[in-house]
Amino acid sequence: MTRRLMEGSEAIVEAAIAAGCRFFTGYPMTPFTEVLEHFSKRLPEVGGVCINAESELEAIGMTWGAAATGARAATGSVGQGLSLMQESIAEMALARVPIVVFNMSRGQSDYFQATRGGGHGDYRTIVLAPMDVSEAVELTQLAFHLADRWRNPVLVYGDFLIAHTSEAIDVQPIDFGPLPDKDWGIDGSTSGTGRSRMITSIGIGKAHSPTSGIIGHFEGIAPHLAAMQAAEARVETGFVDDADHIVVAFGTAGKFVRYVVGKMRADGVRVGYVRPITLWPFPEDAVARASEGKRAVMVFENSAGQLIDDVKISVLGRAPVIPIGGISTDASGFGVGDMYDAEVIRGRIEAVLAGQEVTS
Amino acid sequence: MTDAIVERPIVPTEHRPDRAAHEVGHKVAPLLLTEQSHFCPGCGEPIAARTILENLVELGVAGQSVAVLGIGCYTAMASSFDIDTVQALHGRAPSVATGVKRMKPDSIVFTLQGDGDMVNEGLQEVLHTAARGESVTAILLNNGVFGETGGHMTATSVLGQRTKNTIDGRDAEYHGYPIRIADLIAQLDGVAYVARGSVHSPGAIAKTKKMVHKALQMQVERKGFSFVEILTMCPTGWFIPTIEGPQYMDDTLGQVHTMGELEVRG
Repeated sequence: MTRRLMEGSEAIVEAAIAAGCRFFTGYPMTPFTEVLEHFSKRLPEVGGVCINAESELEAIGMTWGAAATGARAATGSVGQGLSLMQESIAEMALARVPIVVFNMSRGQSDYFQATRGGGHGDYRTIVLAPMDVSEAVELTQLAFHLADRWRNPVLVYGDFLIAHTSEAIDVQPIDFGPLPDKDWGIDGSTSGTGRSRMITSIGIGKAHSPTSGIIGHFEGIAPHLAAMQAAEARVETGFVDDADHIVVAFGTAGKFVRYVVGKMRADGVRVGYVRPITLWPFPEDAVARASEGKRAVMVFENSAGQLIDDVKISVLGRAPVIPIGGISTDASGFGVGDMYDAEVIRGRIEAVLAGQEVTS
Repeated sequence: MTDAIVERPIVPTEHRPDRAAHEVGHKVAPLLLTEQSHFCPGCGEPIAARTILENLVELGVAGQSVAVLGIGCYTAMASSFDIDTVQALHGRAPSVATGVKRMKPDSIVFTLQGDGDMVNEGLQEVLHTAARGESVTAILLNNGVFGETGGHMTATSVLGQRTKNTIDGRDAEYHGYPIRIADLIAQLDGVAYVARGSVHSPGAIAKTKKMVHKALQMQVERKGFSFVEILTMCPTGWFIPTIEGPQYMDDTLGQVHTMGELEVRG
């Protein structure tokens, strides 16, 4: 084991390459830019391709083509750039093209974009939200596995701190188990054989093997989404069983909450935490169980209130759901503000415990 | 629905018109899984497609060919082409083709886009892909109208052209001017071959087929981006009798988007 100090962006790129990613394309934008830089240096060294896309629209399109051949392919940006990609992400979900998209977001205000999507039609993307660089290395590799397992786009939701914090990391390939063959991959080799293949978002079939068309294509979506939802929810919980209060948080915010709750427990305060690792599927069952019999469920997120919707849907009135987060950013708008401070977070939790209203 | 479909004979492009006439009903284009289609009578798109299919076979690259189709009437060809196919989003075929080609460099990748798809929705895509010198062949089926929506103005509609949303004819002062896309692409350093053909006459079809041949040959030789714009009749979207399609094209679109080779790199 050789650990090396590297920033999150580099660690994510090394993890993607360890997972077999051989195509990346992107458009620079802070704090995603260093992911693109590292891919542009590293992919040619391993026989891959990194294209400096002229726009996010073209980046997601190129990724579509690369993934359609069966290659492991990825793109990324920040939430703003992902807004431009939404049409293609939606259609790729409908066309069952597996890709990985990195959102090195500016805070947590892209929660709705990540979990609901801004595209059209009935689709979902699996969303993995690491809390730090080490977990990002694991979840990046998992993202490629899940994309191939489900033939569905998978999002990795990072942020400025994950992209730019340096940790001592040893990136090793992780074996998540066998996957089905990619016999659907397009390479021209079945052209002219009467068995040519098709990748389509609208259910067009080749005349040699007529499909059920757009009706059957769309009717197949719901069972596909239900199967992903049933299988892939991931969550970490701590000190939940005997807690009076629960705090829910994800990503960087989740790492802070985890630390603060640990400290409060050491001081004898009966508080626990739930950290969703997948934002979709949302770990509804875990949040519901954790909220049972609790005096309140707090939600700490760096946004005006987005995660809290899913918490409320999961808690279903079992306990009051109280927001203790808010928008907290730096002068550049990169989503790193004063709220990311253990004492601040502890103060907000204690205010709820004391029955005071939290103002962010 | 199916009863209304008439199987239409295919006229080979390699023969003179008089000889071709004798061949009617005896030959079909290669790489077709079915001769049935839902194209309107008088549509030029199947003829343009035939020039591609025949060239893929004649160049011996059919067994490594990949089609990337945009969104328009021609998207329906996806089911009849015996070619590995990716259906792209409206405007995005050049980027999708780029991803395919970069991961499968030995494949022969061509795109099919209409003027609405390429010159309206995805103009930057084709320009950037051309400038990058991607080794793909882009085919534009230009009929100067959104055929699939029922005849609306596109960025290549010519001045005076009547469409459903330029009912008194395209007026430069109000609607602006048509884009000559092949001329734009020909200015870029990454291109190996740029030409504009047409399918409004047997002679034009034969010339166009040679253009498509050269374009695909450039890709085989990895010389850069190749592009053929093909003017296609759309009597339905032009609101004219079917039989007047070729003449109308020659008199209108053909006067603005003129046929010829614009760039040939050795």
